[in-house]
Amino acid sequence: MAYGLLIDYEFCTGCQSCEVACKEEHSIPVGQWGIHLLDDGPWECADGRFNWNKIPVPTRLCDLCEQRTQQGKQPSCVHHCLAGVMQYGSVEELAKQLEKKPDQVLFVPKTYRYAQ
Amino acid sequence: MSDDYYKKAKAIPLPTLSEVNDLGKDWRYQDDGYTVTRTCPWSPPGCHPVGCGLKLYVDADGRLQKVEGDENHPVTQGRLCPRCIALKDYVYNPARILHPMKRHREDRGKADKWQRITWDEAFDIIKKEYDRIVAEYGRESIAIFSGTGREGGTMNPYGSMVFGTPNKCYTQSGYACYTPRLAAAVYVTGATYAEWDNAGALPDRWDDERYELSEVIVLWGKQPLDSNPDGFFGHSLIDAMRRGSRIINIDPRVTWLSTRSDIHLQLRPGTDTALGMAMLHVIISEGLYDKDFVEYWCYGFDELAERVAEMPPEKAAEICGVAVEKIYAAARMYAKAKPAGLLWGLAVDQKTNGMQNGQVIISLQAITGNLDRPGGQFLPGAGSGHNELGYGYDEGVGELKAKMIGIDQYPAYCNMILDAQADMMLKALETGDPFPLKMCMYQGNNLMACTSMEPKRWHDAIIKTMDFSIGIDTFMNPSVEASCDIFLPLKTVAEREGTVFTHYAPCTVTAGFMHKAIEVGEGFSDMEMVYELGTRLRPELWAKEGFANSKEFIEHFRLGKREHGAYFDKISQVVVSQVPVDYYKYEKGMLRADGGPGFATPTGRVELWSTAFNQFGEDPLPYYAEPEFGPVTTPELMEQYPFVLTTGARTSAFFHSEHRQIAYLRELHPNPITEINPQVAKRLNITEGQWVRVFNQFGECVQKAHISPIVDENTIHSEHAWWFPEEDGNEPNLYGVFRSNINNLIPNFHMGKLGFGAPGKCLICNIEPVAKNYDTNMDLVWEKFGKLV
Repeated sequence: MAYGLLIDYEFCTGCQSCEVACKEEHSIPVGQWGIHLLDDGPWECADGRFNWNKIPVPTRLCDLCEQRTQQGKQPSCVHHCLAGVMQYGSVEELAKQLEKKPDQVLFVPKTYRYAQ
Repeated sequence: MSDDYYKKAKAIPLPTLSEVNDLGKDWRYQDDGYTVTRTCPWSPPGCHPVGCGLKLYVDADGRLQKVEGDENHPVTQGRLCPRCIALKDYVYNPARILHPMKRHREDRGKADKWQRITWDEAFDIIKKEYDRIVAEYGRESIAIFSGTGREGGTMNPYGSMVFGTPNKCYTQSGYACYTPRLAAAVYVTGATYAEWDNAGALPDRWDDERYELSEVIVLWGKQPLDSNPDGFFGHSLIDAMRRGSRIINIDPRVTWLSTRSDIHLQLRPGTDTALGMAMLHVIISEGLYDKDFVEYWCYGFDELAERVAEMPPEKAAEICGVAVEKIYAAARMYAKAKPAGLLWGLAVDQKTNGMQNGQVIISLQAITGNLDRPGGQFLPGAGSGHNELGYGYDEGVGELKAKMIGIDQYPAYCNMILDAQADMMLKALETGDPFPLKMCMYQGNNLMACTSMEPKRWHDAIIKTMDFSIGIDTFMNPSVEASCDIFLPLKTVAEREGTVFTHYAPCTVTAGFMHKAIEVGEGFSDMEMVYELGTRLRPELWAKEGFANSKEFIEHFRLGKREHGAYFDKISQVVVSQVPVDYYKYEKGMLRADGGPGFATPTGRVELWSTAFNQFGEDPLPYYAEPEFGPVTTPELMEQYPFVLTTGARTSAFFHSEHRQIAYLRELHPNPITEINPQVAKRLNITEGQWVRVFNQFGECVQKAHISPIVDENTIHSEHAWWFPEEDGNEPNLYGVFRSNINNLIPNFHMGKLGFGAPGKCLICNIEPVAKNYDTNMDLVWEKFGKLV
């Protein structure tokens, strides 16, 4: 079964807790990331409102916290997300959530293998 | 307080929490070879005391291996900001100082001249210098420089019970942080600081039967998501928004939150009071106020109505530079929402006109009937909080209070917070008038990097005048490096016991307890340091108190009990507790000391016309005053300095001047950033990421340009509190503390009539590109602070 991360970017505030939680979990050196925040904005639209979305994107170093998820815990990014906008689960289950609300994105990263 | 006051809080799991979790775990438990200690941290590292839930995983060798958010905490629910997630890298950072040190006075500013000493030697040196200086110059010659966000920062007994000096001083000009808001709140309502009610104290939180979700929440000059100000867990705002609360954002910058707001009032920095008066005018003239509340519980409504009529929205729109229809819309939306919350932030304080800004905000909260109402503003009750302010004052300072610097000129300020007035302190340091200051201690304060305006002036004055200076911290910092003769190490949150109350105790929603999980080095906590230093410097005074040990002092000071530490040990096992709260306390006799209904003001009502302001010689009604420097007040300067300068927006990576040596955090934000509108950048030929010189009539600094419509074409925003711990610490570099320091551009002595407020967020400046690249070398930061043993 495929697993992924569902992120509600309507409410992702860009706090960067996911980035640091991931680096702590996997001891990732400076300059590298397991999940990385993309920051699109602010830029003004024709109607005078601004676009500004912050979207954490799992990188090739994401293993969906295999060690944690095997024990039934969430990935560390999901656990610490300040806005509570990240969910971990099977793609099947997350796809149902995806249908319920706009401004969400589902990532299904290929699992990176960390050296033991 | 009865023994069941601190009950174990009920956990409210987040919907995203997995089925395998640690709900219901004890304060200490075993997990997979780790001893896990649950704790609520406060200081150090500094934080406005939210006391988020933490789980500290310690291995069999007694080493902290992992930090995780504790899902048992009713407000934070396992969530953590990057600063606590990276706590391990703070605790074991190679730059941490774990033992006392001394240095000869003539070696101040020489980073390699520190010598490790024992605590006995440190205490002996301090005692000798203290006795000598007190005998020669009196206790009033001792200055205690207090900061923010550290337990030490607000630790009043350092001044009262340890050194016995009236000259404890928060060193920011005009105490332009929190206290002006606090003072305005007291002068108008008799209660300190009305916080938005986020259901934090209610056992079922948002679903508690007593709670009503705020229909609208106004953010006024506040960035709670990054700053978690004063114990308010910023992201509870997101929790409310996801439940349906709508946002009005009042901020000169476009923020992520403003893009999620129904209305963004992007005003010219420093013009907030005009906006607030106009909103009051709309609400009053259109009859949108709560007529019962105004009739039964307010004083001076007609006078307020008359005053704010002088500021119609059309006039405010012109002053603030916002569309007039947005002012009408915001006023109506706020007044019609039931209930409505209003979060007021630091920007309120950081202007000369700050007290009046506070006054209009409380008036808005009051006349809309939102004071002490669920989902509105939460008010502290008569018996709430602890008497930290004033603790040991009569015994420890007594008649010397008359020698508090600034008390004659600024009695409202000095008596309110029992602090020397900051600007008067600078004058005394520079001139020796009214008397010389000869000894100082930094109490959770890195003033040259963060708290003080024109920091080089403070630097020069302190070095010149002080015979003996003590620094207390976890790391070396520029202020201590420049001026101290003794360094005393502090424990981090993982190594100490203690308490954490949101909002420093009044307006508390959660009370948290700190548990010691590990032992690292020889430090004390601030609470312990007070006890250890106090019992040595003033043994007779402390003998009268008769504490069995430092833990009994904590117990007495924080919990109002004395059981030789046994009470703390017992009660702390709840880890986090929601304190009992009530609403509509003014109807129930719970706000006044005499138990009568009403508010704790002279008239018993919310004083829209304030007796206290009047007594202090200030206008009893709010009024608008232009920022002292700007397009309206100083048009002649605008050619030289064409931009309005606002400073100090927060990032999630740092708490003020802290955390620059934590590699994982520094990586999030390696350089000091100045925000420049794209049109301005084009005009001045500045490219993204280029370094710029920011300058005005008071000083200059260099920062890295970020080109973005975050600011409009008239405004520049620059970050605060930058220094570079990876650099040379010797004078004159001092870790680069004066290079990118935006406080170089901010003057002292521009406070309001009562001594409060300073123009930190509304000055003028110019910018120009510089050729040199000052980019932080992250490889060096990683090399020096990141690769942990």
